[in-house]
Amino acid sequence: MTNSWNDIKNADVILVMGGNAAEAHPCGFKWVTEAKSNNGAKLVVVDPRFTRSAAVADLYAPLRPGTDIAFLMGVINYLLKNDKIHRDYVKAFTNASYLVKEGYKFEDGLFTGYDASKRDYTNKSDWEYQFDEQGMAKVDDSMSSPNSVMSLLKAHAGRYTPEMVERICGTPKDKFLKVCELIASTATGERTMTSLYALGWTQHTTGAQNIRCMAMIQLLLGNMGMPGGGVNALRGHANVQGITDLALLSTSTPGYMVLPSERETTFADYMKSRAFKPIRPGQTSFWQNYQKFFVSQQKAFFGAAATAENDWAYDYLPKFDTGYDTLKMVDMMAAGQMNGLFCQGLNIMMAAPQKDKTRAGLGKLKWLVVVDPIETETARFWENHGEFNNVDPKSVQTEVFQLPTSVYVEEEGSFTNSSRVIQWHWKAAEGPGESRSDIDIVAGLYGRLKAKYAKDGGAFPDPLLKLTWSYTNSASPAPAEVLKEINGYVVQDVTDPADPTKVLLRAGQQLPSFAVMTADGKTAAGCWIYTGVYTDAGNMSMRRDASDPTGKGVHPNWGFAWPANRRVLYNRASSDPNGKPWSERKKYVFWNGARWTGADVPDYGPLVAPDKSVGPFIMNPEGVGRLYVRGVMREGPFPEHYEPMDAFLENPLHPKVSVSPVARIFAADAKSFGTPDKFPIVATTYRLTEHFHYWTKAVHGNAVLQPELFVEIGERLAKAKGIKDGEWVEISSQRGAIKAKACVTKRIRPILVNGKPCDVIGLPIHYGFIGLARKGYATNTITPSVGDASVNTPEYKAFLVDVKKTSAPAASAMA
Amino acid sequence: MATLQSLDIRRRSASTEAPPQVRQGSLEVAKLIDVSKCIGCKACQSACLSWNDLVEPVGFFEGSYNNPPDLTPTSWTVMKFTEYEKGDDLEWLIRKDGCMHCDDPGCLKACPAPGAIVQYANGIVDFVSENCIGCGYCVKGCPFNVPRISKTDRKAYKCTLCVDRVAVGQAPACAKACPTQAIYFGSKEDMLDHADKRIIDLKSRGYEKAGLYDPPGVGGTHVMYVLHHADKPSLYAGLPDDPRISPLVGLWKGVLKPLSLAAIAFAGVFGFLHYVTKGPNEVSESDERKGDDLAGGKGA
Repeated sequence: MTNSWNDIKNADVILVMGGNAAEAHPCGFKWVTEAKSNNGAKLVVVDPRFTRSAAVADLYAPLRPGTDIAFLMGVINYLLKNDKIHRDYVKAFTNASYLVKEGYKFEDGLFTGYDASKRDYTNKSDWEYQFDEQGMAKVDDSMSSPNSVMSLLKAHAGRYTPEMVERICGTPKDKFLKVCELIASTATGERTMTSLYALGWTQHTTGAQNIRCMAMIQLLLGNMGMPGGGVNALRGHANVQGITDLALLSTSTPGYMVLPSERETTFADYMKSRAFKPIRPGQTSFWQNYQKFFVSQQKAFFGAAATAENDWAYDYLPKFDTGYDTLKMVDMMAAGQMNGLFCQGLNIMMAAPQKDKTRAGLGKLKWLVVVDPIETETARFWENHGEFNNVDPKSVQTEVFQLPTSVYVEEEGSFTNSSRVIQWHWKAAEGPGESRSDIDIVAGLYGRLKAKYAKDGGAFPDPLLKLTWSYTNSASPAPAEVLKEINGYVVQDVTDPADPTKVLLRAGQQLPSFAVMTADGKTAAGCWIYTGVYTDAGNMSMRRDASDPTGKGVHPNWGFAWPANRRVLYNRASSDPNGKPWSERKKYVFWNGARWTGADVPDYGPLVAPDKSVGPFIMNPEGVGRLYVRGVMREGPFPEHYEPMDAFLENPLHPKVSVSPVARIFAADAKSFGTPDKFPIVATTYRLTEHFHYWTKAVHGNAVLQPELFVEIGERLAKAKGIKDGEWVEISSQRGAIKAKACVTKRIRPILVNGKPCDVIGLPIHYGFIGLARKGYATNTITPSVGDASVNTPEYKAFLVDVKKTSAPAASAMA
Repeated sequence: MATLQSLDIRRRSASTEAPPQVRQGSLEVAKLIDVSKCIGCKACQSACLSWNDLVEPVGFFEGSYNNPPDLTPTSWTVMKFTEYEKGDDLEWLIRKDGCMHCDDPGCLKACPAPGAIVQYANGIVDFVSENCIGCGYCVKGCPFNVPRISKTDRKAYKCTLCVDRVAVGQAPACAKACPTQAIYFGSKEDMLDHADKRIIDLKSRGYEKAGLYDPPGVGGTHVMYVLHHADKPSLYAGLPDDPRISPLVGLWKGVLKPLSLAAIAFAGVFGFLHYVTKGPNEVSESDERKGDDLAGGKGA
């Protein structure tokens, strides 16, 4: 979240799209009801289904799964055509006035520089800004030059007329325009809209660009950095924000730094592309401090072994050749390219798309270690469960080890929630039986590997042998010690550059903030954005002061929000270029004549006067928010609608480039995509409020509240197929078939796409052949294995199926 | 549950004792369920099972989100989902079903077992299982079809409004668990005030018929709803539009009861007079012999 859960109460319009907050985040949803009852907020829900969120919405609009970009670009077109943008904000705080190279073109669904043989944009040079001799981006303050970002955006979005939106999305024009009007009502400094999204936007081949679209809308409306504004990802797990911060992606290191690639063989090479020079005069470009954060991280990893002479142990880091995400892992397993798999806190057989591929892959491993608090289907992938898991155990040679873990209430530690607030949790009970904490299991593994390398040597044992491991009990590091290390500490006294006799930081001291980090090895920190969470004043994540001095939902002394205990990012943008709040109603962070002050920790140099014209988006080398992102994203500088890989129709905008030209497709999956002649129905998958992933089917109470897999079918389709409530239905895709009980509903509205009826069905995940809920099929048997181009998220949310009435699964499987 | 010291009993089933008089000023409580804020997450259902140590068996999917589909002896509250089409628009009406804690409780009136159903001074209607005879009259007496008789122990069960929690100043488990503040709990007066505010908000959002459900036919209730369509309560999974205690209960308690009592009294008086005028029953020799024969000749 750029903002916070609590901040939702400040919103005037709440857009729930690309998620179902009431269903998946019922506790956080309290802030939506709060905004509605105490701030007069209007709730707008856009979703293929009329959801639990829609049940309490002021306005609902349907759309076909996988067409969010068309809808959102349509909103942008509406805002630009009707001059419903926050003009002063856009002019001062975005790159709307920047000039793009003359060579930039978008034609027939492709930006310039595409290489069809590589399925990638291999030449992005024409996506650049025009630069002057000093290396500064050229701007045209009138925003009217034909190559200004604003003009290019007008042209790009201009194709998404309300009629085109209706044609692609199936959203009736009048409904779409009503949504636009409500969104447009926040294009002033007096009102804000918050956007709440989750996996409904990410799990598409165009996932990252779905979210880009909303970022652009919020910039045009002037809602970034504002209370009750922002683009807010609702994370699906108590600590999924935490795992992302600590390097979820296989090509990242903690704190959103990048793991070196195999092309960056030296530290100098690596730093060359990470200079982050400002590209407008006087801008902060905060990533200029990259080297300080990176060196401090290496010091935290390797301690005394990281020296200036060995480039801070740069060679100890693995260098990636390609990303090793879940899809890649499964693909390699299935191709017999992996010997073993550590599955920790992941039920991969149920969670990854195309279950049969995953199961085949698991069967080709020599060994599989499942580290989990409960029995999982993954650990039992070799077991025959009739049609739900039709496998011959004799044919599987994989050796499976199960290591039982304790769960979060059986250990202490910290969670980072969607608001970026790090909160400590205390141990409430002992774990059962032989369970151990995940930390102990990893520490045990490390201890044994280290001992083996120390004894037997190896090609390059240094990274393992010299890893910092100075915990009181090396076999069981205390979570508080780990958090202290993540926060960082002073390795060697840091003195004042002006007066070397003056010691600013003493060796051994916990770092108070990332601002004091140095690039000369005197400071160490595991994850720079977390610095401040565990200082000499103590463990800030334990703070539980609920007071909110300004009433803006800031709660500064509750836990610790990264970065720097800031609750709303980019908050300097809540004031105009002169430092005056855009409105009294939305007063948040402002210049008081001497410094920046207000409800929150300013996201800005606290003493940098407004007349210095430093932009509020201090992380960007431009200093402004980006409506146009140059080469940052693989799909291109502007979002564009592409059909899901299982395409329901030829893309009306550019039939020749119907699906994403850069989506990540594995050769092994080339024939796994469906076509509408065989699979004429659009399907989407989702979670239910009564369950958490594949866990809670092991809990009696949850199993009672939603006992069995079902499929939601609109009345029109049910009638056509002769399917009644509660009857068994077979749902088939190019990847396989499953059975589920019918939930015939009015909540899937009949829509017309490109003038033709389009039927949508919905399938919850959650069910399998282990647990207390009714046994059933894995929904992911039928989902496609294809990844978003930028971040490789699988496309669970939009694919093609057929449905027909069928009989119950065999009694033997159900038992 | 036995009586809780701090909760005075206002009424007991099938009893005529006067309620205690010493304590005064007991506050009438109420739970206010704001249907317009409810997202149907079932946290209340889960909290109810958990707080009351109830184990509902795992059922099946039966065509809707209602699980279990209806109240049971172990599910004292369930969410009921109704899809309502209004012109072009759709509404998903989600109502938390359970005991309404009527001020004039039909179950208590119908109950023939002394003290099996009580009403406390705060308005809560509670079943006292040790006195329950499992006759099912409460089911007939309830205008909301709430009590359920367990097949295991032949006792009647329903929501207690967490009388054990309320007695120690806590809100019911469902209200505590509700994430969206769709369930409020407090004095009935405060709940009526709060409902007014919510109704104003709903009317401002175009729900012209928004209103409170506190049906006078049962003397008002201690569980009330804020409805978007207060003119049509039956839209919400058959919430009675104008609930009243079944006339059969009225008949039994109103007309039949005095008549039956008169019949009993008459039988007693007649017996006495018969004894006085005719004397006790005498057993003749031949009667004794017949009796012995019937008992197989082993009589005394």
